[in-house]
Order: sequence, then C-alpha cells, then structure tokens
Amino acid sequence: MTDLATYNFAYLDEQTKRMIRRAILKAISIPGYQVPFASREMPMPYGWGTGGVQVTAAILGPKDVLKVIDQGADDTTNAVSIRAFFQKVANVAVTTKTRDATIIQTRHRIPEETLTAGQTLVYQVPIPEPLRFLEPRETETRKMHALEEYGLMHVKLYEDIARNGHIATTYAYPVKVEGRYVMDPSPTPKFDNPKMHMSEALQLFGAGREKRIYAVPPHTDVVSLDFEDHPFEIQHFDKPCALCGAEHVYLDEVVLDDKGGRMFVCSDTDHCEDRREHGHAGHLLAQQEAAE
Amino acid sequence: MGAHTEIHASAYAGAFTDPVFQSQSVFRALMDAMARPGTITPLGATATPPAPLGAGAGAIALTLCDDGTPLWLTNALIQSSVPAWLSFHTSAPVTNVKPEARFVFIEAGGIVPGFDQFALGTQEYPDRSATLVIEIASLTGGPEFVAAGPGIKDESIIAPKGLPDIFLTLWAENRGLFPRGVDLILVAGTDVLCLPRTTKLRRREV
Repeated sequence: MTDLATYNFAYLDEQTKRMIRRAILKAISIPGYQVPFASREMPMPYGWGTGGVQVTAAILGPKDVLKVIDQGADDTTNAVSIRAFFQKVANVAVTTKTRDATIIQTRHRIPEETLTAGQTLVYQVPIPEPLRFLEPRETETRKMHALEEYGLMHVKLYEDIARNGHIATTYAYPVKVEGRYVMDPSPTPKFDNPKMHMSEALQLFGAGREKRIYAVPPHTDVVSLDFEDHPFEIQHFDKPCALCGAEHVYLDEVVLDDKGGRMFVCSDTDHCEDRREHGHAGHLLAQQEAAE
Repeated sequence: MGAHTEIHASAYAGAFTDPVFQSQSVFRALMDAMARPGTITPLGATATPPAPLGAGAGAIALTLCDDGTPLWLTNALIQSSVPAWLSFHTSAPVTNVKPEARFVFIEAGGIVPGFDQFALGTQEYPDRSATLVIEIASLTGGPEFVAAGPGIKDESIIAPKGLPDIFLTLWAENRGLFPRGVDLILVAGTDVLCLPRTTKLRRREV
C-alpha cells in the first residue's frame, strides 16, 4: 500500500467523492433523470470514460472486484488502461469474469451473462442527453424533460421509418424509464436494450465532459421507444459465433484477409472464452482443430 | 466552565477513525438501500455523535455532508452539542430556513415536519430536493405497508416503527409530486431503510 501514499484511495479527494455520491443517490431516486455534477479533470482525456471513472472511483471499496470492458472486450486499450488505473490508485482486485465482478465499468456493451443483485454496472457516456441532436439548447431539452414532452423523439423515429421503411437507429436507441424519463442508454447496440429492463443489477451512468450522472435501479421498467406497427426489434445474426458457436449474442465482424474473408465472433470476450473452455466450438475453431 | 468544556469534548470526539474507508462503506450501504427501497441494510461503519443524534445518523452525516450541504435540525438537536459536532467534523452550515436544507436530521421520537416544507426540487431540477434522515424506534414491528416501485421486485412489506400516524398521507402527497419530492433515509441504530420518492406505499390489508 506504500505506492498509494501520493494519492487518496481511488484517486479522487474525499470532498469530490461526497459530491458524486450525493449525485448518485439523487440519480437513483429519480430513475433516468440526468443529475448535474461537478465533473473533475481526470488524468485521461474526455472521451476516454472520465464520467464512468469518476462514478467507479466514488463507489469503489477495498472489497470490490472490478471488471472493465470496452465494446465487450476486456483486452482493448480503453479497458486495459482504466483497469490499470484502478489497480494503481486503489489497489483493487480485478477480473475479466463477469460473474466474479462486483463493479463492471463498461464502454458500450452489457455483458451477455445475466447480471445479479450484488453487481453494479457503470456506463461511460459520451452524450447523456437523448434529445441533444434534435434540440441543441440545454435550456430547451431541460424544459422538454420537465414537461415530459418527447414528441420530437417520436418524430425522429417516424422519419427513420418514412425514409428507410424501418427504425434505422441501431445504437444509443432511446428508452423510457419507469414511464417517465426518456434516457440515452449510452451508445450500446440496441441489442442490449432489453437487458436493462428489470435487471437485478444497479446501473449507473457517468458523463464526464457533459457533467451528468444518471441511474436505473434494479427491477425498473426500461422500454425502448417504438410504434405499434413498427415494434422495437433487436439485431439478429444469421450465423452463430465462429469461435464458440454461441447464438443469440452480439457479434463483431472481423476481416480475415484481403479476399473478402470474414468471421463473426462474440463481442463479449469473457462469454466467448468461457464457452470455449466448456467445450463449445464454432465452425472456424472446429476447422482449426481438425487441421492440427 | 466545566459544562462548557464537556460540550467541546463531545463535539470533537466520535467521528470516523478511518474516514476514507468508513465513509465508502457507509455510502455503499446507502446506495444499495436506496436502489432497493425497503431493504433493511446495516451501515458498514458507525460514529458516536453526541446525544440525541444516533450512531447511524451520525455516520450518514459524516459520509454525505460538507460545506455544500446546509442542514436543518430539530429543536432538540439544535439545543444539544450536535450542531458543534456536525460543524467541526463536516463543516456543514446549519440553517433554520427549511427550504434551504439539503439534509434534514430528526432524532428518534422527534417531530417530523410536513415533507413539503422542505426543498422538493423543481420540475427542471428535481434533484435539488432535501434528503430526510429520520431516526425511528425500529425498522420492524410497526404498522405494515406494502411497498412497490423501482428497485422492488413485485412488492415488499415494510413495517417501520415510530413514524407519525399521518406518514402514509404525507408520503402519498410526496409521491404525487414526482419527479419532485423528498427522499427518506430511515435509521434505527446502525441499520437503514431507504424510501426514495419513487416508492409507492399502501397499508397492508390483513
């Protein structure tokens, strides 16, 4: 613990933690409402998850086990550097296993494995305001939330249908929380939206540059906006994961060569590895084993 | 002089011995309790504030209050060395103007003012509302209420003992203001039960 002497535990000073903690409690009390907070400069640029990092730093304790994912993967730059940051400033135990983690900080995915009651999911959010691209003025969007005036969002989804024949929004797909606030689920694929509904886990959202914290408590109604004749649908994939054979999971496209070769693999690396350890094999893995 | 020294001594002692980790553990208990309304949650650490403020309420003050959070205290608390203790350990200013308070502390058996006398937030900024920390006799054994809302799977039964008789009416009015409204932290000893403004309560039909 001697290495920690130059920092307070988890980097933030205690007054900052108190301010963030108060914002988190109010956010939980008003599900889907964006609570303004005095976001601090962090030792990483905006856009690298400073909001999520501040939320994690304010809730983290010595007994926690932290998992950090970036687009579902534990081993990409953003995930690796944030995990290393908390190992350095909080000496916290880390894991890549979804089920072992008490806090999961995420950039734009929800793990495939169903989260449980002891877990907290912390989202890194770039633009917390779902109405921002429709109405740039904060004064106006705030009034729209106050008056529950969300017609503009439905017009946007309707225009999608008018132009494309279907709702073309595939990520950051707006949801309505507990029948009141329209909320941006952060740029997760809409595939993950149903996992937010009635989750056992507490979900916290931190936007550092935009200085907002919001929350979805466990067992809370989260409904993706849609129309009766154009109901909300998640993405479907034709093939299972090429490595672990998983179906009904979110897949990433990986280009294999310059001749058009490609494969689709699980975006959630922990889920994929876990399945392979348990003997599941997709068609590419099976071919490779046959060749060996 | 003797009595004076005594007040000072009780104002300086009794805070966390390990503030960073104890306040983290109290906060996590509050976060879990607020996310799962009605669940009785032990605070991970306690404080020993001067009477009549209890150990649990003292720990919550040390965890959440600072110079940015004006406090409203009951008469009984004002007349004790509690204001000196809170001021020394948290720097939080005490106000007698109810709508200015961010946190409200009410000792066990103290009179609970109408919730709408405190800051309820605005329609634009509903987060700018008071949090009431109310100490009661017990979190169990009182009249039974059925609780429902975010954080509660289906329904749960709570039975806090020591709330005023008109509590259910006060709470229904508070719930009706949503998204405005106060949030409650009920404390008995070192256990808490939170009621965010989203929780619906009704008397349990026997």
